Amino acid sequence: MKTTTGDGRTLTLSFHNLSLTLGSGANRTDALVDINLEIARGELIAVTGRSGSGKSSLLNVAGGLVEPSSGSVIVDGTDLAALSPSELAAARRRSVGYVFQDLNLLPTLTAAENVSLPLELDGMKPKPARTQAVAALDSVELADLADRYPDEMSGGQRQRVAIARGLVGERTLLLADEPTGALDEVTAEGVMAILRQQCELGASTLMVTHDPSLAAYADRVIRLRDGRIDSVSMNPSLQVTQ
Amino acid sequence: MAVKDALLALLADGPQYGYQLKSAFETATGNNWPLNIGQVYSTLQRLDRDSLIVEAGEPGDDGRRSYELTAAGREALTHWFAAPADPPGTDRDELSMKVLIAVATNPASALLVVNDERTAAMGHLQTLTAHKARATSADLATRLHLDRTVLLADAQVRWLNLVEQRVEQVLSTAPTSHSPNAASSKETRS
Repeated sequence: MKTTTGDGRTLTLSFHNLSLTLGSGANRTDALVDINLEIARGELIAVTGRSGSGKSSLLNVAGGLVEPSSGSVIVDGTDLAALSPSELAAARRRSVGYVFQDLNLLPTLTAAENVSLPLELDGMKPKPARTQAVAALDSVELADLADRYPDEMSGGQRQRVAIARGLVGERTLLLADEPTGALDEVTAEGVMAILRQQCELGASTLMVTHDPSLAAYADRVIRLRDGRIDSVSMNPSLQVTQ
Repeated sequence: MAVKDALLALLADGPQYGYQLKSAFETATGNNWPLNIGQVYSTLQRLDRDSLIVEAGEPGDDGRRSYELTAAGREALTHWFAAPADPPGTDRDELSMKVLIAVATNPASALLVVNDERTAAMGHLQTLTAHKARATSADLATRLHLDRTVLLADAQVRWLNLVEQRVEQVLSTAPTSHSPNAASSKETRS
């Protein structure tokens, strides 16, 4: 199985001839059609396109939440199709972090408890889980607010808690769906700076967004149309340095 | 061009001579608006002629002349800041002409033009964003200028998205019509 890109970088995520069909009969829809895409360690990839173009489907397939109709999804060298449901769940917890627009922070848990929850669900004891959670909160400059509840924080702070939850445990792949939500421009800029920084530290990010300004933070911008890759825009400034 | 108003604003804090004004102007605009010293002096002469500024004292030993605002100059400056600026004149650039002509002459192939232009516009936006991300410790004027250039590039991408969607709508509702403009002009006449 291929584990590096053509120029020798480690592959975090790859799709090979990936297709996804939803519904059946008259309601049958080709959500994704023959997608081939490789994402290297440290890359930030933005996926854009109209509503219904397949963006969210691609994210769900990448995270193992939806099984493709054909083709393969390789995460950290593992073909997700080869895993049993319990192995898939374990691989997801180990490798994949999620940052969704709907933050899903639990209101009765503090920021640190929200962030440590996935680790504890994975069997880690509370004390080391908290240590890792506070370290993740520190990476988004929120260690001081570790014991605050979500309703005691601003929207931008809650968004950063969600990012910390996505990163905790040193996930190699971060899947983000409109990660700045309805945040103001300056706060959104801060969130994107954190995502970029995490990529520089070794995480790979696949981010879905409608917003060209957010997509522009990416190394590559993939535009989907009717489930197919319609165009790819490389970051010209990165092409010069590579 | 509002250079004369900008020079009035820079003189509001006290007398300055030509080179000081040139330097202050370029710093305030993030060093993205180079100003010819000849233009500074000719503008100062016009402002002097219009009694908006006067020479501040005698010329120095090196012959440099300082200028300061008059009451009329302060009034003109107040008016400049109070009145809304003209909208930016970016609606007649080459991109909009090319896209509009392409849509008018052959909407189906115009979609290819739109796609290519959008990929290029996205690349430009990525370059500007990378530049902006590296400039977090730059001075405020530079950062504000970069914010504006990023948002203008963002608007280009969004406009091209809209062009594509609207042209496709027209093509899908009038598949036999070659020109979407022809269909709409008929509706207008009826």
